[in-house]
Amino acid sequence: MELTGAQIVVQSLKDEGVELVFGYPGGAALHIYDAFYSQEDVRHILVRHEQAATHAADGYARATGKTGVVLVTSGPGVTNAVTGIATAYMDSIPMVILTGQVPTHLIGDDAFQEVDTVGITRPCVKHNFLVRDVNDLAATMKKAFFIANSGRPGPVVVDIPKDVTAHTTNYSYPKNVRIRSYAPAHKAHAKQISRAASLLLRARKPIIYTGGGVVLSGAAKQLTTLVERLGHPCTNTLMGLGALASDHPRFLGMLGMHGTYEANMAMYECDVMLAVGARFDDRVTGDLKKFSPNAKIIHIDIDPASIGKNVSVEVPIVGDAGAALEQLLDVLDHTSVEQDTDSLGQWWEQIDTWRGRDSLGYDASDEVIKPQFVVQKLHEVTLGDAYVTSDVGQHQMWAAQYYGFNKPRRWINSGGLGTMGFGLPSAMGVQLAHPEAAVACVTGEASIIMCIQELSTCRQYDLPIKIINLNNRYMGMVRQWQEFFYDRRYSHSYMDSLPDFVELASSFGHTGIRVEKPGDVEGALRDAFAQKDQLVFLDFVTDQTENVYPMIAAGAGHNEMVLKPLPDGSAPAERELA
Amino acid sequence: MRRIISLLVENEPGALSRIAGLFSARGYNIESLTVAPTDDDSLSRMTIVTHGSEQIIEQITKQLNKLIDVVRLMDLTEGRHIERELMLLKVAAEGVAREEIKRLVDIFRGRIIDVDGETYTIELTGPGDKLDAFLAAMPAADILEVVRSGVSGIARGERSLRL
Repeated sequence: MELTGAQIVVQSLKDEGVELVFGYPGGAALHIYDAFYSQEDVRHILVRHEQAATHAADGYARATGKTGVVLVTSGPGVTNAVTGIATAYMDSIPMVILTGQVPTHLIGDDAFQEVDTVGITRPCVKHNFLVRDVNDLAATMKKAFFIANSGRPGPVVVDIPKDVTAHTTNYSYPKNVRIRSYAPAHKAHAKQISRAASLLLRARKPIIYTGGGVVLSGAAKQLTTLVERLGHPCTNTLMGLGALASDHPRFLGMLGMHGTYEANMAMYECDVMLAVGARFDDRVTGDLKKFSPNAKIIHIDIDPASIGKNVSVEVPIVGDAGAALEQLLDVLDHTSVEQDTDSLGQWWEQIDTWRGRDSLGYDASDEVIKPQFVVQKLHEVTLGDAYVTSDVGQHQMWAAQYYGFNKPRRWINSGGLGTMGFGLPSAMGVQLAHPEAAVACVTGEASIIMCIQELSTCRQYDLPIKIINLNNRYMGMVRQWQEFFYDRRYSHSYMDSLPDFVELASSFGHTGIRVEKPGDVEGALRDAFAQKDQLVFLDFVTDQTENVYPMIAAGAGHNEMVLKPLPDGSAPAERELA
Repeated sequence: MRRIISLLVENEPGALSRIAGLFSARGYNIESLTVAPTDDDSLSRMTIVTHGSEQIIEQITKQLNKLIDVVRLMDLTEGRHIERELMLLKVAAEGVAREEIKRLVDIFRGRIIDVDGETYTIELTGPGDKLDAFLAAMPAADILEVVRSGVSGIARGERSLRL
């Protein structure tokens, strides 16, 4: 079948089973947009800014596991998209980003709306392509989707000059793809699995530490089975929340900079650590010199480069998290080695002592709305079953700490790059993927402003997202660091001249509700979620002075946590910390 | 520790900048980098000389292997190998120095490939440290210009880097 390059783009998307494309048109992409006009199989969602297109596709991918697709024009279309591409790259999210480019004969001429797209995106993509010949287009599309959603997933950019989209060729979409230099591992090495099993069975103070890889791999079930089979405590990273249900008795909560006391202390004291799909990020490990000094570490990861990057590992295991955990379970099914139940029992007693410190406790108030309280009520009202997206800062940490995620793919946030502005557009992608589901965007007044234009997109496509704005009139996390580390010099962290969010929401055709009293929080949430076909912007006026606890200062160890101040306002005694 | 890493990479535009970009973005150092086509049109051979701890070198090889354009990789320094580098240099050669420089070139098995009244142009091949030694032996004031190709290398014996 003879098609133009533009038609090939659209037809490839159909053949790839793509249902949604997030984009914004412009000169170099116009042939492709014209090809979209005359078909209904692939739905195009028009955003209001290219950054939002990438975050929306990203949210869609995180909520479904499918590849998110973006279409933007050359030049500023691309540069606006870069933040979202880097966001997806840091969190290993499968996306294909199609970018218009100036015609091939103008490339390198500083043509109108020309940038070196392949050059600009190179450090923040899994791979990228510039298609110079229409005959390569279909095969390149196939490769892009294959690379994006295999191995360690990631964003792939396909840059298509305008003349290539006008040229014609005979189209057939390749059924298979083989790339000689790319063969991601799936199954793990059997000998390594046996070594891991033997370490785990003999552990006296074990911990299982899992990250986003378990969610990406769809290995939550295998993880839960393993945790129950071994009876080991388990902690999740910010990216890994929901892989083990938050109400599971073996779950210690999140670890890391704002992790729970029990999770971080267990990491510090453990003798055997099983890390799965996690990358020992600095926000997780704190000071590497003080990291788990007595631990023998088993590390399962699909990316060999993640293993041994930051900490040295006793048993490296390269493979898909789900496949490797299944192999491990299989070995455990056939072992005759008995676990040291006495030691495990003592370990759990120790953990329960740490739990007793109630590191996520906070001072309730009848006067002023505590942000933690709002998140807890959000859990209650949505029965813990909502998709929760967030922006970046204090509200993100509170959502992670207090929502209580019981299923994977429900917690959607920019963990690696920490991109403010992510929350609302990613919620659009989630809501489009799951039209009937409750979708909440937990945000702050500083973050939400960064992509506020997307309220217009939400109106156009009737996306009934619930925006939970924890409005403390500060860039809260910046203010917190300035309070702790800069002697309360609140340099440029105060949000002045804020809009009236209720009016703002209503000007976009949505409902806005301001909530100022703790007693009104639950009612407002119930009210909002009862409006099934309406976006509701809930503006919670919260305590300006609230800080995120516990906290490990950058460069400190897991045993050097700062817990919340005691009721008399004094800091907890040092001996309580270690 | 000094390492010589040999790569077969897709002979495509962008492959070189992906590799160079990886080194600069992750703060790895490059002492030299050479690249040229091979007998297989679809492949280029690249030799990178780098320094780093065991752990850094492991990361470098893993990160390079992750690049889609990298088809095969071998750390030559892990086994017996031969390294060669070509150096061209122009030196001032007048009066008594002319004989002296010629003797030095002979000692290092180099060749004088161009001559005029005031200068010699010298070609010298060998491992990097031999070229370093030659430069150290030459009076610095006489050296007018130095061009080094960067190291190329190949494993000894049966070990070979191919598809």
